[in-house]
Amino acid sequence: MFGAAVSVPMTAVSLRPTGFDELGLRRALSDRLLPFLVAAMAFLAALALAGWIGAASLAREWQAGSGSALTVQVPRPSDPAQTAEGRPDPAAGKRVDRTLALLAGTPGIASARRLSDAQLSDLLRPWLGAGAGRLDLPLPAVIAVRLSDPDADLDSLGRRIGVEVPGVLVESHGTWVGRLTALARSLQACAGLALLLVVGVAAAVVAVATRSGLSARREAIEIVHGLGATDGYIAARFAARATLLATVGGAAGAVLALPVLIMLAGLAAPFAGGAVPADQGTMAFLAALPTTIWVSLLALPAGAAAIGFLTAQGTVRRWLRRMP
Amino acid sequence: MVRFEGVGLRYRAIGRAGRSPEVLHDISFTLPDGVFRWLLGPSGAGKTSLLRLMYLAVAPTRGNLTVLGTDVSAAPRRSLPRLRRRIGVVFQDFRLLPHLSAFDNVALPLRISGRPEGQVRADVTEMLRWVGLGKRIDAYPTQLSGGEQQRVAIARAVITRPSLLVADEPTGNLDDAQAERLMQLLHEMSRLGTTVVVATHNDRLVARHPAPAILLEHGRLTGHH
Ligand SMILES: Nc1ncnc2c1ncn2[C@@H]1O[C@H](COP(=O)(O)OP(=O)(O)OP(=O)(O)O)[C@@H](O)[C@H]1O
Ligand SMILES: [Mg+2]
Repeated sequence: MFGAAVSVPMTAVSLRPTGFDELGLRRALSDRLLPFLVAAMAFLAALALAGWIGAASLAREWQAGSGSALTVQVPRPSDPAQTAEGRPDPAAGKRVDRTLALLAGTPGIASARRLSDAQLSDLLRPWLGAGAGRLDLPLPAVIAVRLSDPDADLDSLGRRIGVEVPGVLVESHGTWVGRLTALARSLQACAGLALLLVVGVAAAVVAVATRSGLSARREAIEIVHGLGATDGYIAARFAARATLLATVGGAAGAVLALPVLIMLAGLAAPFAGGAVPADQGTMAFLAALPTTIWVSLLALPAGAAAIGFLTAQGTVRRWLRRMP
Repeated sequence: MVRFEGVGLRYRAIGRAGRSPEVLHDISFTLPDGVFRWLLGPSGAGKTSLLRLMYLAVAPTRGNLTVLGTDVSAAPRRSLPRLRRRIGVVFQDFRLLPHLSAFDNVALPLRISGRPEGQVRADVTEMLRWVGLGKRIDAYPTQLSGGEQQRVAIARAVITRPSLLVADEPTGNLDDAQAERLMQLLHEMSRLGTTVVVATHNDRLVARHPAPAILLEHGRLTGHH
């Protein structure tokens, strides 16, 4: 009878059957809303992550090639060079030759090469049209210089050439690349900020869902608590449910973001110095996506799971503290 | 052992500020292990409130309360769940979980205590058969009559073989034969060492089972004999 039915030794391991839903959370934390909201957050997080990774790699590429290049413009290149007093100095040759000679004699310069007229009209074609050469404009000579020492003092170089060959312009690519890099870094910071915001909003969404689950199941929680369930036991029920829903949402968001990211990667490829993916089928496009983006896409469900778990645990444990 | 020493209880005021009136004043008594006690008094006297103190649903506002040898006022909060698992409660309003079957409701305290599932299955089936619900194992509370629900609530309270059993009007929905059966169970448990406290308005039941009683009136102890 009764005595036989209940004489049972205590054991420490919990062997509660999987899927035993004593708090009725399958309805209280329903699969209707939360996964969709988390999927939207994961989608935004994927875009922000891609922006962050993309901006970072652009900044890196630009910076790598930049420090070592500069352009020297010589107006009226065929005029004879002048002496220090301002008189023509036939011995020094043309202005452009004088400039090239000065550059060649400067330490820290790896090469200085005058662009041919054809190269120049290629550069100018967007502004002057195909007939630039025939317009007979007084075009300056352009000398492309590569530095062996990226920290070379360009200001003093510019001043020194300016004294000997007045009107010469020394323009470091570094200035422009610096501006572009600053832009890329700001974009990266914005993406990082957006990512933080998305994480915050996702946590808030999980917290709100958990809270509404708590008040919907207040009575059940009181009963289970009264039967001797620890805070950890109750929090684990909520956390398991929230983690499941958030993981599903995170995975869905990552899958939705994939085609968008592939398209963006295609658009960004030329800027990053990579080849524009040719029309070689889907696999080529998939390969075009940087590994870091693949990794972060895989990390999205894991991140969503972590947010779901930690937020539910924290919310439930804080809520339970009001109970005796 | 259960000991009340000058215990007062004031429920937390809901909504408006200020203090709500004290519903229990200066309650002092001691229950040794394995005794059976009636808890008697008119409606509103504070019987349920006294039981709530005993099963640790509320903490005393003043005084000292010792339950099963633990000083509840001094014990850290995290030590209470383990103590609660040694207390069985039959609520005045049953408090079954509506989304769980009779089986799962009765199994709940065992699963919370982490008992192996095979044992849970055997014990719960046996217990439900004993309270006459062997054929309603998979029924949900809403599909059961008031008396059947009360028997599920009783089964859930005794399934862990608690050291302290607290029952609030446990016969309110039972017929005389079922009530007698319950009283036999309660006497048997107290004989095996469980401290049993039963609050009731059922004078006939008390007359048929004479036992010492705690008498309450307007939140004060008016007798303990
Ligand atoms: N949760 C609560 N908050 C505030 N006051 C309460 C609460 N529960 C009970 N009370 C008050 O405490 C007093 C005692 O109530 P209690 O439920 O303990 O009486 P009782 O003796 O069990 O009555 P009954 O026999 O009708 O069940 C009553 O005046 C009641 O209004
Ligand atoms: Mg009552």
